[in-house]
Amino acid sequence: MPLIAGCSDAHLSFLDPQGPIAAAQRQHFWWVIAITLTVVLPVLVLTPLILWRYRYGGRARYRPQWEFSLRADLAIWGIPLLVFAVLATLTWRSTIALDPYRPLVSDQPPLEVQVVGFDWQWLFLYPEQGIATVDELVIPAGRPVSLRLTSASVMQGFFVPALGSQIDVMNHMVTRLHLEADAPGVFPGRNMQYSGKEFYRQRFVTRALSADAFADFTHQVRAQGRSFTPEVFSLLMAKNTHAALARALDGTETAAITGRARQTDDAGSPADDSTPLRFKHFPSGLFEAIAAHRAPDWSQDTSSLSTTRPLSPDSLLPASSPLSIHPALAAAAPTGATP
Amino acid sequence: MNDSTHWLLGRLDASALPFWDALQHPTTKNVINAVIASGAASMVVLGAIAVVIGLTWTRRWGWLWREWLTSPDHKKIGIMFIALALVMLARAVIEAVLMRLQQAFGLDGGFLTADHFGQLFTTHGTIMVFFMAMPFLTGMINYVMPLQIGTRDLSFPVMNQISLGLTAAGAAVVMISLVLAPFSTGGWTGYPTFTGHAANPGAGVDYWIWAVTLSTLSSTLSGINFAVTIYKRRAPGMSWMRLPLFTWTALCTAILMIFAMPPLTVATALLALDRYLDFHLFTADMGGNMMNYINLFWAFGHPEVYILILPAFGIFSEVFSTFAGKTLYGYKALVIATLAIAVLSFTVWLHHFFTMGQSAHINAVFGIATMLIGIPTGVKIYDWMLTLFRGRIRMSVPMIYASGFLMLFVLGGLTGIVLAVPSVDYQVHNSLFLVAHFHNMLIPGLLFGMLAGTNFWFPKAFGFRLEERWGRRAAYAWIIGFMLAFFPLYALGVLGMPRRTVAFFTPAYLPWTLTALVGATIVLLAMACLVIQLWVSVRDRHLNAMPIGDPWDGRSLEWAVSSPPPEYNFPVIPEVYGRDAFMLEKERGKAYQVPDEFPDIVLPANSPMGVIFAVTGTAMAFGLTWYQWWMVLLAAGITLAAVIARGFCRNTTRTLSGEEVRRTHLTWLAQVRATTPVARSREQSTDNRGLPVPPVEGAIQ
Repeated sequence: MPLIAGCSDAHLSFLDPQGPIAAAQRQHFWWVIAITLTVVLPVLVLTPLILWRYRYGGRARYRPQWEFSLRADLAIWGIPLLVFAVLATLTWRSTIALDPYRPLVSDQPPLEVQVVGFDWQWLFLYPEQGIATVDELVIPAGRPVSLRLTSASVMQGFFVPALGSQIDVMNHMVTRLHLEADAPGVFPGRNMQYSGKEFYRQRFVTRALSADAFADFTHQVRAQGRSFTPEVFSLLMAKNTHAALARALDGTETAAITGRARQTDDAGSPADDSTPLRFKHFPSGLFEAIAAHRAPDWSQDTSSLSTTRPLSPDSLLPASSPLSIHPALAAAAPTGATP
Repeated sequence: MNDSTHWLLGRLDASALPFWDALQHPTTKNVINAVIASGAASMVVLGAIAVVIGLTWTRRWGWLWREWLTSPDHKKIGIMFIALALVMLARAVIEAVLMRLQQAFGLDGGFLTADHFGQLFTTHGTIMVFFMAMPFLTGMINYVMPLQIGTRDLSFPVMNQISLGLTAAGAAVVMISLVLAPFSTGGWTGYPTFTGHAANPGAGVDYWIWAVTLSTLSSTLSGINFAVTIYKRRAPGMSWMRLPLFTWTALCTAILMIFAMPPLTVATALLALDRYLDFHLFTADMGGNMMNYINLFWAFGHPEVYILILPAFGIFSEVFSTFAGKTLYGYKALVIATLAIAVLSFTVWLHHFFTMGQSAHINAVFGIATMLIGIPTGVKIYDWMLTLFRGRIRMSVPMIYASGFLMLFVLGGLTGIVLAVPSVDYQVHNSLFLVAHFHNMLIPGLLFGMLAGTNFWFPKAFGFRLEERWGRRAAYAWIIGFMLAFFPLYALGVLGMPRRTVAFFTPAYLPWTLTALVGATIVLLAMACLVIQLWVSVRDRHLNAMPIGDPWDGRSLEWAVSSPPPEYNFPVIPEVYGRDAFMLEKERGKAYQVPDEFPDIVLPANSPMGVIFAVTGTAMAFGLTWYQWWMVLLAAGITLAAVIARGFCRNTTRTLSGEEVRRTHLTWLAQVRATTPVARSREQSTDNRGLPVPPVEGAIQ
């Protein structure tokens, strides 16, 4: 697919896979097409030939009463049946192998991430790290990621094409998904299920970092991230775009956006969509509370979690941070004052 | 809104006007959208006014009432169904072009607001399925099936009127929603909780619920009517294995309608209970679960796609066999395949939500069941190819559509298999790949089938042929336009572009959306060609008249009667001695015989029931949408009164004297004897008066 490979937007599709799941899906995709073509190609080739050869005014044989041939019937039932048997076997195996609920085989333990779909942002909670991000999923490359997902609003579809499967995200329910990125990189992700007027803006980026960079990232966020206050939560619950949320949190337009959704027209410039929203803690059990329709328990949050790696002073400085290896991430370093 | 008008108007106020929002917030985008929406609304209003003035001017109200609106004749009801479908097709195609235009300019914005776009894809889908495809195929079956099985009408002619009335009411509600906006933005599937009261309290979803409810009730009744007619009213000798294939597909469609439509009626009714009476069936809390809706919807939705495609399969079977001048290859296999598809269609609904989190085994089973349908469908395709094999193929307009269908439909089948593999579906679900797939099935399948059928049977219904040159142009424009409009969507879907997105931020999508716009423009040209074709045909109707009624050397009984057929179809119910009943008569020299005697004919009498249901159905849906309870009660009261009054009606039939039938029939037979038969090579010329010289086996023509 040169047209796809040559486009400027990187890692849009599973045809350019960045993880084992997407790579297997690409393989299945082409296999299914190749196998099915065995019954489709004869139609594409023979139909024009028959139409021409047996055209009115042509000299080919004409048998108006001919209506049955055992050999032909055996072929037209038998060959599709054979193709079906092959496809069915492939489907059974691939479906079980690529079940989104099935943990990925790896020598490393998976990273647990909890995902909440809001109108119209994605909230990512990292219970082990005690941090949270909005519209930005940061994962270590080469290590499986185990996602639990729910929606705080209507049904949504969580999808990172370059990494693997999409899964529906539903209110009062929890779905599961397992993904893995082969190497560091930035992969677009989005909501696939229409969920209202700002649905088309409900995108996020997935950043896969090296193990070290990921550790540094989590420490940096724990040190420098924003506080996850009840105000943040109510802004997430109100219908907002990422840009509107970012502006509200930075205190510029707080009054204008709470409560009602903004007009599409004057939503901010695209640059606002990339304002990073990273939180150094979140209320413990927030995901479970949202999924169970309970109010979050603000008395306990994740800031008391013990960190697995000491914080290096260097990592607080963006210039010398390993994060700067990834330009996209460096550009998205926290800018606004932490509230 | 004050209390004195609240009882009258409910929650309807000035904000329902399509330009109200732009008056309140006159941004550039709002003004553009208001101009588009108001333009569409004024088309509806002006169109209605033009029809009223036209009818008054030409003094045709009485004619319209007597000859059409109250007629129980299956042929007239069929034509009205198709006319409704064509009007709705025009609107939905324009909406489609508008959506393609928006996405062609949709990189970082475009010109439509997200809400406007949401209403466009919802009305487009709702109309195309419920108010274009369903009335089109219902009209086709209505017109053709009784003629093919040799009967005079459907078993329940008044119920047939009511079916038309209910569908017309649903269509009217969708048209009214252009003037008093908004319509739903929940898509044609209307998934809760998005369509629940909490997320969408406005009138839009309610419009959608009642329009769809009316349509599903109509289709359930139609299904019962068709099935009973085929079971009980076949001509003597018309055994199951002698049924024309179109009638077989009509029967399977009817059975699917009976079993598949009620789940949707129930689903929308339960959704209405949620919205109006605060039930919690599909809400996220209080024990509700929207998955139940999704299961109910697709318990309807998947058989529905076979309801849509099977009649088209039937039409193509007739077209291939007729224009190849050859008996259908593998008739029994085609019948078995049709029945197999009908049964299997109930076993695959879960493939619409592989991503909803059920176990891999369930997904795999439903994926494999889906592929199983590919076998009978593949057999049908090959049977049609073998029907063409060793035929004498005339590339008439229906054959162009049919050939396009054959080659494009298998590509849709290919992508359907791709979607049926759950591991791959996880990647392309809800993307434009899916949109491309089902359009690939429904445009070359359903729509080409219906257009082929229109070109095929139009001379039967109106007594003159459709003009051929514009018909060819329309057919080729449809084929090319379809390919350019939808093949790019496959690429976009694989590139991860979701369906139903008003704008996008990925420059790589742009070349594809632009190509799709070119395709949509060609489809619009195809629509224009269809209009010109109809206009030219009506203009030259005397030149192209073919009163004898058999312009294509047809094979089944509908070709045995005059064009247009008399209201009683057959002066004497024919006896059937084999498959391809009329072809057999012609081959044995038994066609156009004078019957021994002409008994009196009893026909159903005119009835206003269909019109009453159309009016009260529209009023009830409108009242429910805007909370105008007085209107709901009034309309319900009138409906109930009309049904009860109908029970007291004693003059439900009228009798035509055998003498009158004899005179008409003998006049036509004299015309048959006076007409020169025309060879197939002159089929499209003005020589064709509807009496063919059949092709001879082994002859070079």
